[in-house]
Parts: sequence; C-alpha cells; structure tokens
Amino acid sequence: MVVTGLLSPFIAPYPEGERDTERPLAGPSDEHLLGTTEDGTDVLSALVHGARVAVVVGFATVALSVLIGTSVGLVSGYYGGWVDEGLMRLTEVFLSFPGFLLALLIVFSLGEATMLGVILALNVTGWAGYARLVRGQTLTVKEREFVLAARSLGASTARILRVHLLPNVFGPVTVQATFGIAGAILAEASLSFLGVGPQDVTSWGALLDEGAVLFLKSPHLAMMSGGCLFVSVLGINLLGDALRDKLDPRSL
Amino acid sequence: MKAVLKRLIGAIIAIIGAVTLVFFALRVTPGDPADNILGDEAPESAKQAFRERLYLDQPLGTQYRVFWAGIFDGSLGTSFGVSERQETVAEVIGAVLPATIELALAAMLIAMCIAFPLGIAAALRQGRALDHISMIGALVGVAMPVFWSGPMLLFLLTVHLQVLPDPGVPLRGPLPLLLPAIVLGAALAAKLTRMVRASVLDVLREDYTTTARAKGLSEFVVVTKHVLRNAMIPVLTVMGLQLAALLSGAIVTEKVFARPGIGTLLLEAIVKRDYAVIQGCVLVVTIAYVIVNLVVDLAYLAVDPRVRGRAT
Repeated sequence: MVVTGLLSPFIAPYPEGERDTERPLAGPSDEHLLGTTEDGTDVLSALVHGARVAVVVGFATVALSVLIGTSVGLVSGYYGGWVDEGLMRLTEVFLSFPGFLLALLIVFSLGEATMLGVILALNVTGWAGYARLVRGQTLTVKEREFVLAARSLGASTARILRVHLLPNVFGPVTVQATFGIAGAILAEASLSFLGVGPQDVTSWGALLDEGAVLFLKSPHLAMMSGGCLFVSVLGINLLGDALRDKLDPRSL
Repeated sequence: MKAVLKRLIGAIIAIIGAVTLVFFALRVTPGDPADNILGDEAPESAKQAFRERLYLDQPLGTQYRVFWAGIFDGSLGTSFGVSERQETVAEVIGAVLPATIELALAAMLIAMCIAFPLGIAAALRQGRALDHISMIGALVGVAMPVFWSGPMLLFLLTVHLQVLPDPGVPLRGPLPLLLPAIVLGAALAAKLTRMVRASVLDVLREDYTTTARAKGLSEFVVVTKHVLRNAMIPVLTVMGLQLAALLSGAIVTEKVFARPGIGTLLLEAIVKRDYAVIQGCVLVVTIAYVIVNLVVDLAYLAVDPRVRGRAT
C-alpha cells in the first residue's frame, strides 16, 4: 500500500497519456508500426480507436451509474422511513443480479449492439452499489450540526441535499467511481471478446478475440490489445488507490 | 429470524426479476429463431411447424406462462435446437453444468491457496519486502483480464517452452481443468489477497489483539486464535461476492480454452437464438449466485454474534 501510495503520482498519469493519444489520429500508417490484422487493418490505429471506445464506455457508464446511484442514495438516506426501506430493498435486488450475465443478454437482445447499448446494459445493475454507498454516507452526514443549522434556517430539502449533503458524500463516491471506470472498461472488453460488444466500433476486446484465435501465427495482435487494456486498468486502479489514500483514509 | 425472512424474499424477487427481464428482452430481439436454426432455405411449412411446437406463434402472455410451467415441472422447457435431439433445457444444461462447477471450485481452491498465506504474511510483515512484492503482484493480477492471461499462458507453454503439444491436439490428463483453473484462480487470488491483508491489518490494530499480546501469549497463538478468526469474517463475505466474478470469468475462460461448460453453452445458444436454453442458463446462474450470497449472509449471522444481535 505504501509503495502504491508513493508510486501513484508517477504512475497514475499513465492513463491520462493513454487518453491523449486516442484522438482519431487514425489513418493507417505506411509502416504499420504494430503490424496488421487479418484483413489488413493497421494494428496501431485500431488500438488508438479502441482507446477511445474504452474511455467513452468507461466514463459514460460510470457517470450514469453515479448519477442514478447518488440520487437514489441521497433521497433514501435523507428521508429514511418507508422511502428508505423501499429504495434499499430495490437496490438489494439489483445488487443480487449477476450483472455481467444480464448485460451480456441485454446487449445481445438489442440486435445490432452499439456503444450506447453497452453503456445502458452495464448500468442496469451498475448504479446499485453507488446507491448503497451514498445512503450510508448520507446517514452519517445528515446528523451533523451544519445540516441541522441549514434546516432550522429554513433551507429547502432540495437545497440541503444539493449544497450540504452532496459535497460531503463525494469523496468515497469518487474513489469508487475510479475503480468503476476500470471495471466498466474490462466489462466492455469482455463483452466484445465474447462477440457481443459494440459492432459499430473496434474495441480492444474484439481485437483480443481476433488475436486469441490467431495467436500462434501472429501473437502480436493479442499481446498488444491485451497490453493496452492491462496498462489502462492498472493505471486507473493505481489512481484509485492514490485517491483513496487522499480522500477516504478510513476505508481499507 | 425476521432478517433471514427478508433476505429470502429479496432473493426470490431477484430471481423472478432476472428471468422475467431476460424473457422479455429475448422476445424483442430481432431475428427469427426458426430462420436461424432451420436455415433460411427451409420450407415455410417446416418453419411454421417449428414455431407451433415451441409456442413461438402464441401471444407473449401464453409464452410466458409456458415458460413458468417449464420451470415448475423441472424441465425448463424444450431446447430450440442447440441439441439436435429435442432435449429439455434441463438435460442440456445438466450435461455441461458439472464442468463449470468443477472449474469454479478448482479456481476458488487455487485462489485460496495463494491468497490466504500471502495475504496473512503480507499483513504480518507490513511495509517489508514481502508485503510490497505481494501487493504489486496483486495489482498486476487485478488488472490482467483472463482473456489475455489465458492465451498468453498457452502461447508461452506451447511455443516458447514447448511443454504442450501443438494446438489442435486435445489436451490430456488433468491439464484441461488445471490450465483454465490456474488462469481464473490467479485473477481471483489477486483480489482475495488484498482483502485478506486489509482484514488482518484491521484486526491487528484492535484492542483485543493488544490485550492478547499483553497477556504474554506467544505470537503464534495470538495470530491463529485471535487475529485470524476475526479477520476471516469480512473475507467470507467478499468470497461470496466474488462468485459473481467467478461466473462471468468462467464464461470467458471457457471460451479461451474451448472448454465445455455453461458459458460455452450460453454462447452457442446466443448464436443459434435458442431462447429456451438462454433463459435456462440465466435461471441456473442467477439461482446459484443468489443462493451463495444468501448462505454467506446467513453464515455471517452464525459466526458473528454482534450481527445476530443487531439483525433480529
């Protein structure tokens, strides 16, 4: 953990660097720096395009999950009573779904899968974890003096939720969301690897799928696409560890 | 008791919700199963007979009722065509389920054999070389998807070390189980090691650990009797949750190693649009997943008297 904490500032910018290269600087290069795939696509540009898919899916999925989960959690924790009971039962039901399997089938049932489809499918169960986390945080924060003060000054419920509670629950959510991005990228890659990923774009998972079949003839394909995935996920996890040490020192 | 009942009801709702969601999602899926299974050139009369046999020409409500009737008589309905012999879904799944359970258990066993010694040792030697090495290893393991480590391992063993025969030659002996289990188990071990280490560190800071030391107990007794016993409670919960990761991991791992199992079956059913088998797979996996989580929760109640007091 100490090593992680110390190294993170140096290692964490890695995914940042990854993201910069993702701008469609595409166009197959003449030299084919990293070779080509079976149908002659330049691997480097495919990987660069794949980075964009990973980033878009990762961020959009988590953003939507955080939005839904935080809203549910805030309302549930603040109101308590039967609202809390009902919303938390619902959350538990979604938490006990096998999320990846459901996402797999939802994406499949959309027919021609798109990036948007994948993002929505991953959100079907994705929001529940954040709802539970935010509710727990809200329960502890809402008893604090400044919330009482705001209420006695006549602040509306919406204002209390937005101005007083939201900023105070955001630390742990940010940490969780960082790991969530890594998880979403891996989930999308898994879907693509299984052949039900977005069909309108090339993702790392799909490249890996192609590479895994051909890995004896041309191992570079699987190695490169998997390597990109590995480095990104590792970098994001390190960033998450660093954020956790900074924002949320109490948790593990 | 009330807590147990609540969890049970939640579990049942989760199962019903999941299968219902999948049932309706599949009905809006574009593409006609009759075209996919009989082929586009099949005569229209054959297609019509196929649809009639499987109730596909009936309204959605009737299909949904037939689906539940299948669940209650234990057959899970008739397979559309993954199997040539018009078997029931229960038979199709029953044929491959042991392979997946075998893989999941072997992976879990491997993960535990790595994670427990390593996690405990890392916590006891916090900040030393062993701790750093195992934590870096765990980080790498967490970020390495099985569909990358799997092909890489095969590549290494066949091409570089030449200890495996050429691909295409079927593997023999324990290898068809061992290799996928190692790949899947290593991924799980990485997460579990971090968890075990964190949990042991937490308990080491507790007052009762200090008390036990102050009583003059040997370090061995302190660690085995006081620390480990308490540290295992949160680890147990996480292992239950990891079953989900193990199941989705098994789907991917089975594809990597071309190993028969419920994941391979599901993918085949998806390609062939065998809705009955897809629904059956989802039902089986969801039930397994929900039951394991339920058992873990109940075990939690049994192990920790404090939780018991609060929940009832």
